[in-house]
Amino acid sequence: MEFAELIKTPRVDNVVLHRPFYPAVEGTLCLTGHHLILSSRQDNTEELWLLHSNIDAIDKRFVGSLGTIIIKCKDFRIIQLDIPGMEECLNIASSIEALSTLDSITLMYPFFYRPMFEVIEDGWHSFLPEQEFELYSSATSEWRLSYVNKEFAVCPSYPPIVIVPKSIDDEALRKVATFRHGGRFPVLSYYHQKNGMVIMRSGQPLTGTNGRRCKEDEKLINATLRVGKRGYVIDTRSLNVAQQARAKGGGFEQEAHYPQWRRIHKSIERYHILQESLIKLVEACNDQTHNMDRWLSKLEASNWLTHIKEILTTACLAAQCIDREGASVLIHGTEGTDSTLQVTSLAQIILEPRSRTIRGFEALIEREWLQAGHPFQQRCAQSAYCNTKQKWEAPVFLLFLDCVWQILRQFPCSFEFNENFLIMLFEHAYASQFGTFLGNSESERCKLKLQQKTMSLWSWVNQPSELSKYTNPLFEANNLVIWPSVAPQSLPLWEGIFLRWNRCSKYLDEAYEEMVNIIEYNKELQAKVNILRRQLAELETEDGMQESP
Amino acid sequence: MEHIRTTKILHHHIASVEKLALTTSGCPLVIQCKNFRIVHFIVPRERDCHDIYNSLLQLSKQAKYEDLYAFSYNPKQNDSERLQGWQLIDLAEEYKRMGVPNSHWELSDANREYKICETYPRELYVPWTASKPIIVGSSKFRSKGRFPVLSYYHQDKKAAICRCSQPLSGFSARCMEDEHLLQAISKANPVNRYMYVVDTRPKLNAMANRAAGKGYENEDNYSSIRFQFVGIENIHVMRSSLQKLLEVNGTKGLSVSDFYSGLESSGWLRHIKAIMDAAIFLAKAIMVENASVLVHCSDGWDRTSQVCSLGSLLLDSYYRTIKGFMVLIEKDWISFGHKFSERCGHLDGDPKEVSPVFTQFLECVWHLTEQFPQAFEFNEAFLLQIHEHIHSCQFGNFLGNCQKEREELKLKEKTYSLWPFILEDQKKYLNPLYSSKSHRFIVLEPNTVSFNFKFWRNMYHQFDRTLHPRQSVFNIIMNMNEQNKQLEKDIKDLESKIKQRKNKQTDDILTKELLHSVHPESPTLKTSLCFKEQTLLPVNDSLRTIEGSSPADNRYSEYAEEFSKSEPAVVSLEYGVARMTC
Repeated sequence: MEFAELIKTPRVDNVVLHRPFYPAVEGTLCLTGHHLILSSRQDNTEELWLLHSNIDAIDKRFVGSLGTIIIKCKDFRIIQLDIPGMEECLNIASSIEALSTLDSITLMYPFFYRPMFEVIEDGWHSFLPEQEFELYSSATSEWRLSYVNKEFAVCPSYPPIVIVPKSIDDEALRKVATFRHGGRFPVLSYYHQKNGMVIMRSGQPLTGTNGRRCKEDEKLINATLRVGKRGYVIDTRSLNVAQQARAKGGGFEQEAHYPQWRRIHKSIERYHILQESLIKLVEACNDQTHNMDRWLSKLEASNWLTHIKEILTTACLAAQCIDREGASVLIHGTEGTDSTLQVTSLAQIILEPRSRTIRGFEALIEREWLQAGHPFQQRCAQSAYCNTKQKWEAPVFLLFLDCVWQILRQFPCSFEFNENFLIMLFEHAYASQFGTFLGNSESERCKLKLQQKTMSLWSWVNQPSELSKYTNPLFEANNLVIWPSVAPQSLPLWEGIFLRWNRCSKYLDEAYEEMVNIIEYNKELQAKVNILRRQLAELETEDGMQESP
Repeated sequence: MEHIRTTKILHHHIASVEKLALTTSGCPLVIQCKNFRIVHFIVPRERDCHDIYNSLLQLSKQAKYEDLYAFSYNPKQNDSERLQGWQLIDLAEEYKRMGVPNSHWELSDANREYKICETYPRELYVPWTASKPIIVGSSKFRSKGRFPVLSYYHQDKKAAICRCSQPLSGFSARCMEDEHLLQAISKANPVNRYMYVVDTRPKLNAMANRAAGKGYENEDNYSSIRFQFVGIENIHVMRSSLQKLLEVNGTKGLSVSDFYSGLESSGWLRHIKAIMDAAIFLAKAIMVENASVLVHCSDGWDRTSQVCSLGSLLLDSYYRTIKGFMVLIEKDWISFGHKFSERCGHLDGDPKEVSPVFTQFLECVWHLTEQFPQAFEFNEAFLLQIHEHIHSCQFGNFLGNCQKEREELKLKEKTYSLWPFILEDQKKYLNPLYSSKSHRFIVLEPNTVSFNFKFWRNMYHQFDRTLHPRQSVFNIIMNMNEQNKQLEKDIKDLESKIKQRKNKQTDDILTKELLHSVHPESPTLKTSLCFKEQTLLPVNDSLRTIEGSSPADNRYSEYAEEFSKSEPAVVSLEYGVARMTC
């Protein structure tokens, strides 16, 4: 298919762009296969360069022959284009609509994007499972790499290489896979070096209504327990939901068959409930006319912060089991691809200092989200403005990023990255020139040959010039476990994301710059003092040499 | 060694004491403080608990001013130091700074003996065309005699913020002198002859007041006014609003939902926004229309003080400095008779007079500091410290309800002023990001879309450290700023020492050359390699470590229950499988 077929009018002059907090700009609107571009005529500079895939929804209206298109983006920005001429406007609108909802992944921009920068380190090879495993293997010999899923036959949503208990062979893994939802047998998610306790994750056990059991499954997860120790199963569903799952062939670990494990049920919402929460929240944030009561009641009704609190609380619980109770944990919900990953990854942020560094956080996303099979393509297909509500769309990853932001806010010196890093990840998860977040699993990404055909986000982000934007000037490595507060008074709205386009941040940005200046100046002064001290010491010894013959 | 932690609570800070039902471990005693600290004690013996309860009840409610802490507080200063402290803030100086007296405004001696208005200060500024009979006439037409006087003069715009109380207009009464005085105020503005009269009350309340012979200005009777209601609620609404807010926040295991619906139903942020909007109205009237404004509520000492002081703070950057903020409080709150003692309940009095009017003012200022992080010389700790001391009764500034009463109490002789003590500790209250370069008349234009108003956790949970961020960016930057100053000094010292050495060396070399003419090569390189880099002032270390970060502190209390439960709640549904104890 040619993009040209979809672009009915490639170019319109005298288009006026309206954005909040900016003066209106008149210019020429151009449509390309992947971008909507507006350049003002005076100096030929681009005022707007928008990926079609970032467009969530459009509205059009007409006053006489002047058409107006309101573009609502997946990053929550809303812009308005005034287009003279009804036909042009209709053509532009239908082109945008077609181009922003392309069916085929291979038509997406990452397959066409040619980087303008020199690739120093290919991000596709930055975080290989073997390397990650090496970090553990020095500390423990109880685990091994398994290639049982090499052809994606055992579990389509798992990567080819997973970490499993050493004492369990691949044959047993295959059996366990048949007993777990989506073939997601329990695998290692995190190893706590301090006490050797682990976090594992999986899909729900397929016990069904007659209480089916699987000896290999029991053996597998018991193999992770030290002698005389017990573990916790954290089910991210309420007991009720877990019980209902049995009717559909799912279920949960029954005490009788897993006597060394205690089950805790937590209720983390999924799917459309989260998507609706996001839609309501963004709607509330976008309406500047709300009076105080209405704003607060809308914020409350969105339930967004309730979800944040639930997720964080569950992650804290998992971390507490590991670090304080000295007990290993198995975490799952139904599929083990959404709330499970929120909990396992946040628990690591709390427990593991490395995951609070830029590289470590990238590795965490690679390991716990991309390779663990979070279906990004489905979840991030649409954002807060979509009209066609699909069951599989949900801001699971955004909720995770929000939770990380909450912890970052409470421990502002313990993270190597800043808020902008999280915002950038949010943007790229929804619309990107890079291939990293395409597809729903490793197997899909392999089939799409993303490594060969697209650029990795990490190749770009990890350039020194880019990294400097995302580096937290306050960072000082902190090797402790960090326990966030989950009280509602400690969990504010993430303004950097949700009010980003709704208020002028000039004063806040200036204040941030000033803060950076103070820190930079401090470093300069320290360096200078050191140089001077050395100089003085040299002079002193020189004098001493001269004085003593 | 045993570590003993002591918690000190001023008796004056106690808002309420409550004895709860006896438990197995003892008798619980809950103390709620005016600075929003809540302390739970368990007293092992019920009789002791009862005794403590009774003593606290008595100690926290004093009958006489003379029993308050300020009268016995002794910071070991002599009389002249104390007097100097009181002279630190000089309101005559402040009016001079504003640019009055001038050709339009003059100092009136009408209230020199508190004869016209007991709750006003002695020194008042009025338009020079307002003669004494006009002032006297107007004061008789105004509630409590609080006639229109100058609060702030904007030198650049030549426009004024004036304040007064409601007129005794009833349904139809008029007063020529009052009308004349208002006209004099509008004429004192050479640019815009129209003046706004802002009634800060909700219209309904103002109308209801007419039945009691009070009310509001009739536009028809005053030649050049534009009348405007701004709808701030009265002290009773504010008191119960705060109470609701505190109740919600005191709930154990509070859910997000309950927090926000509680925040909403308390109405607290709505009230804060209303005050802010009113202040913005004032600032706009002066900046955009160049018009003077007269502000009143009922008696003109609560909402009027809030709006006048906040409006001036938006207009004049001086009030955003530490010293300027003190001046602002002294002027619009203390001198104009905000009834601190009654509003803060310093003495055992009518609980219906207590209201968090001043707290709201501080909160509005805090919201401004959040929106304009570089516009204020002071930080949040400064606001919290002031709030602490309006209730502490440790200093004389906030005792009494008006200047006349303060003079009668001889506060300046018997007590100390708070301000010099704050200035002494100034370092703690400086905003490290403050940009002082800004011009005096740079107006703050805050955004009052509802989402800008947030719950002020550090005020209402100041003592609940588990709710605070575990590392404070603010403190780190503040310390770094201090450290930078020290480093700058070090560099200067080092540079001058190096210079000295170098000079000495050249002298030495010269003399040596004279003596020996041959000089062996100096082994500097060798020694410099041995030099070790010194680590510098580890000022931030203690701040960066994480205080109070433990799961136990973090209210994941529900977990503890999870862990201690002997069996999961599911057991009964497990098809009769025997209970497993782990």
